[in-house]
Amino acid sequence: MKRLGPLDLYRHLPKTNCGECGEKTCMAFASQIIERTVKLTDCPYLKGSHLEALIKMTSPAVRQVVFGKKSPVKIGGEDVLYRHELTYFNETAIAIDVDDRMTDDELLERVAYVTNFSHERIGQELTLQAVAIKNVSQDPAVFAECVQKVAAKTDKALIVCSFLPESLEAALSVCDDNPLLYAATKDTWEQVGGLAMKYDCPVVAFADNNLSELKSVVHALQSMGLKDIAVDPGIHPENLSATVNEFVEIRRVSMNEDDTMNCPIIGIPAACTNPMEEVMSAALMIDRFADLLIFHTTDMYAVLPVITLRQNIYTDPRRPVSVDAGLRTFGTPTKESPLLATTNFALTYYTVASDIESSGLNAYLLVFDTEGLGVEASVAGGQLDAYKAKEAIEKTQVKDVVSHKKIIIPGMAARISGELEQISGWEVLVGPRDSSGIPEFLNKRWN
Amino acid sequence: MDIERLLKVLGDAEELELENVDILAEELELVMTSVPRPQLPVRVGYKDLSFEKPLEEFPGGVSVVRFGNTSQDGGTRSHSVFVGGEKTMPFYRFEAENPYNPVVAFDVFDMPIGLAKPVKIHYQEVMEDPAEWAKLCVDKYGADMVTIHLISTDPTIKDTPVSEAVKTVEEVLQAVKVPIIIGGSGNPDKDPEVLEKAAEAAEGERVMLNSASLNLDYKRVAKAAMDYGHVVLSWTQLDINDQKTLNRHLFGMGVQKEDMLIDPTTAALGYGLEYSFSIMERMRLAALKGDKDLQCPIASGTTNAWGAREAWMKESPVEGETWGDRMKRGPLWEAVSALSLALAGCDMFMMMCPTSVALFKEMISQLTGDPDMRPASTWLMGVGQ
Ligand code: B12
Ligand code: SF4
Repeated sequence: MKRLGPLDLYRHLPKTNCGECGEKTCMAFASQIIERTVKLTDCPYLKGSHLEALIKMTSPAVRQVVFGKKSPVKIGGEDVLYRHELTYFNETAIAIDVDDRMTDDELLERVAYVTNFSHERIGQELTLQAVAIKNVSQDPAVFAECVQKVAAKTDKALIVCSFLPESLEAALSVCDDNPLLYAATKDTWEQVGGLAMKYDCPVVAFADNNLSELKSVVHALQSMGLKDIAVDPGIHPENLSATVNEFVEIRRVSMNEDDTMNCPIIGIPAACTNPMEEVMSAALMIDRFADLLIFHTTDMYAVLPVITLRQNIYTDPRRPVSVDAGLRTFGTPTKESPLLATTNFALTYYTVASDIESSGLNAYLLVFDTEGLGVEASVAGGQLDAYKAKEAIEKTQVKDVVSHKKIIIPGMAARISGELEQISGWEVLVGPRDSSGIPEFLNKRWN
Repeated sequence: MDIERLLKVLGDAEELELENVDILAEELELVMTSVPRPQLPVRVGYKDLSFEKPLEEFPGGVSVVRFGNTSQDGGTRSHSVFVGGEKTMPFYRFEAENPYNPVVAFDVFDMPIGLAKPVKIHYQEVMEDPAEWAKLCVDKYGADMVTIHLISTDPTIKDTPVSEAVKTVEEVLQAVKVPIIIGGSGNPDKDPEVLEKAAEAAEGERVMLNSASLNLDYKRVAKAAMDYGHVVLSWTQLDINDQKTLNRHLFGMGVQKEDMLIDPTTAALGYGLEYSFSIMERMRLAALKGDKDLQCPIASGTTNAWGAREAWMKESPVEGETWGDRMKRGPLWEAVSALSLALAGCDMFMMMCPTSVALFKEMISQLTGDPDMRPASTWLMGVGQ
């Protein structure tokens, strides 16, 4: 496996610490390159074949492919097989499919769905990335018309899907947003590859349950000079064993520095015939390395588990997800408004914050620094105790902010309440165990 | 239009004269599309390549654990259930066939408990009677195993006497013939005694005791398992080093790896699933690579998934936001959690909702079988939903 440390890179840098790249030292620059927050070209002293060699050296094990100009979608770019080995970088992109036989109403409704989709979870905005347009009619003119309609209605990236090169060409003639071309096969690679060259678009190689053929198609496309290639090994919703095995094999050869098959992988849960199974197969593909999914069902009960799983798997395991500690306000609180307390674990904070916000309360929220742990884990692990709570009360000077001396702590932190009352002199109210109960609790217990 | 790239491709084509440097991009495009195929340079073209399977050899493996004694082994179970024995990561069948499929143990409680509606509707009638509850899980929902959780023994709940808890265990053993798991209440002071007495009552049946953990007298639990021929669950809380430590203590006492499962705690989808996922994945990879502390099958309390708001809540608490049909959303929450952990290396799933189990099992049967497939291209032809 290819894993680079900052030192490996530092050796090849000028080592003058001139700072022109914006980093203080060459070593810092090397670390940031590994973190992918800066580019090698930011150092003006790297040039020519040396630069190229470094680019090759630092390029991820799975090539990164970008499609869509207005709202670019990055897929691939991963460096490890398993998330705990480092982290994953580009979360699985999700496209919703439409087809060129849909009525205008249905078509535009689905396009609007993708365009407007936004779900806030733990302070992150979860969105959908693309629209995949299927050429079910098999008619290039019908397809082009459909693509044009979609492109006019959304800035989201597009995937144009047809096995007929004429259809893809027709679609490209009406869409200049750098769509992803789906797909080039053993029979069509030359024409589709030609279109990819001509329009400078990334392209998907497809072979049905045959990795040797898939590799040959990728190789043929590469031989034309194409680099931005993703792969679809063929999805069989009735035999997902084939899917998982092929995904794993492809990803593992990428890690073994194969430079043909180191392509982002596309999974198509939309091929399933029932929404519940579609969710399960999408989950399977997210857990096992899919870089882009084409999904069909738009009911929230189906989309929610999929985007939640993606958020989990693509969380950076190297960093606890935390927010800044301190005093926050909600609504327009006065000196009499309630003072609530919670921890700075992002999941906890945003859950509580959204509960307070959605009930339209005016309140203060004191966020304890628990090193990014939730209520139960921090009470159990000692990151939250009466002394730390007292310290936070004093440090934030809430006594000057509110006129009362009452603080509401989470139900799950009940065991610190007695001691906190004693040492702080504040009246400690133990709130409900779940923050969704805050409005009701305040109704009953806050004057 | 990337002229440089085009030039590179066409550079070797013999019949092309590219001396005219004033050529416009549009003209170039025309030239390119008219290049006849046979005249393309040899370098460009389709070649039949072969994809070499990237096989890995693992020096280690996972123990096989058997649950349930039949009359042949001196028990009264109708059959035994096996887990473990992995030689590669789950479902990596291009590499090796792992011998056993994941199993599902249904959770049964010794008193009625609060349940989300999609789960409750299945058990409403039997919640007062653990034996009937267990029977329903097996007869109607096809449980591979059942867990009887003796939660009422907790002094802060009902403080049910140990003798009564033992009776419940006996009733469940009478009611169902599948192998069973016996769970305590989680009360560290009472659990060792409850599990000891339950282990004695179930002697000869080869149940699993749930569980030995660092926050109680795990030695008593492990000793009870060894004395009466049961399996023991080694449970820790999302800390791989704790898991190794506890396992080493248990092995040190004489517990065999064929008599133990490990449970690093299951956090729900959306509520830390990634911790459980990565810890299980790390544990399994370590076992395959030869870490002797972790070479036991893995268990998950997947029912925890129902602790996630998106699973149990009727609707989003955020105004104007919908989470969709809860009768589908909840079961998917548990099923997706189970499937993810199965992929990470988990062998045994303690679950609750029959709909979730059915969804999960359908996936497992696909992942371990060889169903026929239709051409993948049908997706694009409008077949499907
Ligand atoms: C994920 C997790 C972890 C993660 C921590 C992630 C993190 N950043 O916090 C990790 C792996 C690090 C972890 C570690 C530990 N954990 Co832990 N962990 C969990 C787990 C699975 C989920 C916790 C969670 O994230 N919940 C979701 C968040 C949003 O919940 P929350 O913070 O409590 O917030 C809710 C409420 O408290 C309330 N609320 C919050 N703020 C406010 C404010 C007000 C005013 C009100 C009214 C309400 C309110 O509403 C919120 C939404 O519901 C739970 C088990 C479970 N419950 O499923 C165990 C659990 C919390 N962990 C536990 C333990 C023991 C530990 C460890 C001590 C174990 C160890 N091996 O060391 C360590 C402690 C940390 C340390 N060593 O420093 C125990 C705690 C037992 C107890 N009650 O004492 C639990 C319950 C597991 C168990 N069943 O034993 N853990
Ligand atoms: S610009 Fe180049 S030489 Fe200067 S500090 Fe940055 S990396 Fe080093």
